[in-house]
Amino acid sequence: MSESILDGQHDAGESQASKGRITLVHLYPREMSIYGDLGNTRALATRLRRHRYDVEVIGHNPGEKLTPGAHLVVGGGGQDSGQARVEADLDVNGPLLKALAQDGTPMLMICGMYQLFGNDFTTVDGRRLPGLGILDVTTRGNEKRMIGPVVLGTEHGEVVGYENHSGSTTLGPGQEPFGTVRHGQGNNGTDGTEGAVRDHVYGSYLHGPLLPANPSLADALIKAAVDRALTRGFEPEELDDTLADEARTRQIARLLSGRNKPR
Amino acid sequence: MIATLAGKTARVASRLRGGGSALPGLVAEKVDPSFLAHALAHVPGGIVVVTGTNGKTTTTKMLVAVLAAHGLDVFSNPTGSNFTRGVISAMLPKLPASGRLSADIAVLELDEAHALRFADAVEPTHALLLNVARDQLDRFAEIDHTAALLASLASRTSTAVVLNRDDSFVSRIAGDPGVPAVTYFGLDESMSDRLEELQEADVRFEDDTAPPERGAGDGLLRALDERRLQIDFGDGLSVGPLELRQRGLAAMINATAATTTARRLLGDRFDPESAAQALRAVAPPFGRGEVIDVDGTPLELVLVKNPAGFTVALSTYGTTPVATMIAINDNYADGRDVSWLYDVSFASLRERGVALTSGVRAYDMALRLAYDDVETAAVEPELTAALDRFITEHPREPKRIFCTYTAMMALRRTLAERYGLAEFGEEAESA
Repeated sequence: MSESILDGQHDAGESQASKGRITLVHLYPREMSIYGDLGNTRALATRLRRHRYDVEVIGHNPGEKLTPGAHLVVGGGGQDSGQARVEADLDVNGPLLKALAQDGTPMLMICGMYQLFGNDFTTVDGRRLPGLGILDVTTRGNEKRMIGPVVLGTEHGEVVGYENHSGSTTLGPGQEPFGTVRHGQGNNGTDGTEGAVRDHVYGSYLHGPLLPANPSLADALIKAAVDRALTRGFEPEELDDTLADEARTRQIARLLSGRNKPR
Repeated sequence: MIATLAGKTARVASRLRGGGSALPGLVAEKVDPSFLAHALAHVPGGIVVVTGTNGKTTTTKMLVAVLAAHGLDVFSNPTGSNFTRGVISAMLPKLPASGRLSADIAVLELDEAHALRFADAVEPTHALLLNVARDQLDRFAEIDHTAALLASLASRTSTAVVLNRDDSFVSRIAGDPGVPAVTYFGLDESMSDRLEELQEADVRFEDDTAPPERGAGDGLLRALDERRLQIDFGDGLSVGPLELRQRGLAAMINATAATTTARRLLGDRFDPESAAQALRAVAPPFGRGEVIDVDGTPLELVLVKNPAGFTVALSTYGTTPVATMIAINDNYADGRDVSWLYDVSFASLRERGVALTSGVRAYDMALRLAYDDVETAAVEPELTAALDRFITEHPREPKRIFCTYTAMMALRRTLAERYGLAEFGEEAESA
C-alpha cells in the first residue's frame, strides 16, 4: 500500500549514516487532500531526511489495514463527497488511531480530517456524523463559508495559513486550542480560537499548506515522533529556513499591518 | 439608451486612466440590469457560451476565428475578461445608439459562475463545456460545486451543448434532464495514454464510466507531433493536418473543441479547409504562451492558475531549455490561496533551476521549489525589478515566465511599454 505520493522526492547529497527510521502515514491521499495538504507530508518527509533520518511514507487508502507502526500521522481536507468516502474506513481503523494518539503519536489533521477527529459533525441539514473523539471539539455546518488568509499566535510562534471551511467548530471544556486568531476567522469566527491540541495531536483549519512556511511546528511534530520512536531522542541538524521565515514574516506583516493586502 | 451612454463614457474614462477592461461594463450593468438581454435580442445566429476551468480564452479565440473564416460577423469578448461585465465592456464600442448589437452570432467566454449569471439574463442557444479542475477553490469552494454549475448551464441552454467526452465531470451532464442535443469532442483512442496530461486523477472517483458512443458530428484529436494535429469526425470528415502557432496538447484539445463546436453551429456550411486555415493563423492570446521579442531573443509569457494548468504548462514547455522566472500573486483574480502550488511537481525544472521568483508570494514560490530540490537563484517580489534583472542577467538566452493572472497583466504592461505590443483590450491582428 506504500505509494509514491511524494513524486519528485529525491535525496540530494545524503552520505552520512542515518540516525534511524521514521514511518509517516498520510491518511486518504486521494479523498482528503485537495488543497495542497500533501505539502505537509512532503515537508515532514523532507525535513526528516535533512535532519538525517530515514523516512518511509505510506499512503493509507479506504479499505486498507492501517499500519500499526506509524510514528507520524497526517491528514488533510476534502470535499463533502470525499469525507463520505472515508467514514466506513474510520469506523474500522478509528480505534487504532485513537490508541496511537493516546500513546503519544504525533498527528496533524487539517480541515475535514480535523472535524472527523472531533466528537461529531452536524451538517447544515441536521444530519449528525459521529467523529473519532480524539479531540474534544464539535462542529456544526454553516451556510456561510469562512475563507481567507490567517495569522495565529501559538506556542510555536506566529503561524500563517489559509482557511476555507463552512464548518463552525466549538472546543469542549478544557480542550486547548492550537492557536489564537490574530487575523482571520479560526474555529468559528467568534471566540478567537483556532484548531485544537491534545497530547501531540494537532487539529487545524489551516491550509497553505501549514508546515512548509511554519517549520518550527514541523520540527515539533518531528521531535515528538523521534522521541517516541528512537531511544536516542531527536538530534536535529541545523537547517536553513531563510525562505520559510521570509515567506511567513512577510505574510504576517502584510496581514497585520493592513497594508498591501490581497485585492 | 442611458446605460449604453453611461458605459461608453466610462470606457473613455478608463482608457484615459489606462486601466481595466471590465469597468465600463460594470457601469452599464449597474445602470440597467437588463442591458445584456436587450443588446443581444437580435443576434440571429445564436448566443454561444464557452466555459470550463482551463482553456476558455484560447478556445474562444479559435472558435471565433473559424466562424469568421466562414464569413460570419462574430461578436466576442476576446480579452479574457470573462465576467458578465467584461462581456458588456467588449460590447459597448460596437453598439449603436439603439443599444442593440448587430452581429451574426455571439461567442462569449464566461467564467463558470458568471456563465450562470449570464444565463439569468439571456438564454444561451449553445454551450461549449471544456473541463472541470481545481481552480480558485476560495471562490468556488469545491470541484463538485463547479461541476454542478456547468450542469445547470447545460440544462438552461436551448439548442445544443458540446461536451468533453474524456472528462466524466462534463460528459455525464448529457444524461441530465433538460439538456438539449449533445455533441462531443475529445481525444482519439490512439492518444488515451496522454489523457492524464490534461486532467488530475487525484480528485476524481468512479471514473470507470465508459466514454459515450461516438456520433457523426463528434470531433476527436489526433496529435501528429508537438504542434501538428488532425481532427477526425465520426462521419469521416477531417480537419488538418495543420500546425498551430501555440504549442502543446492543451492548445490542440482547445482547437478540437472549437472546431467541433463550429461544425455544430455551421452545419452544411462548415468547410474543413477554411477551418484549418483559420486555426493555423490564430496567435496565442495574451499570456497564454505568447512570445515577445526582447532584444532579439524570445520571451514567453505562460499563464498558470491551477494545478492542472501548471502541470500541463510544465510538460508542454519543459522540453526546451530556457531561463525560467515564476511570478505568483494572490489577488482575487489569481486565487488568494496558494496551497495548490504543492499539488504541482516542479521536478522538471531541477536540472536548470529557476532564475528568479517574483510577485507578492515570491518567497512562498521559492520555498515550494526548494521542497522539490529546485534551486532558485534570486527572489525579487517587485515585478518590474524582477523583470529587469531577468532580462539583464540572461541577455542571449530564450526566456520564459510562468505567472498568475495579475502578475501576467502587470508584466505584460511593462513589456508593452518597452516593446510596443498590442494595447490591452485589443487583439493584435494576426497576419
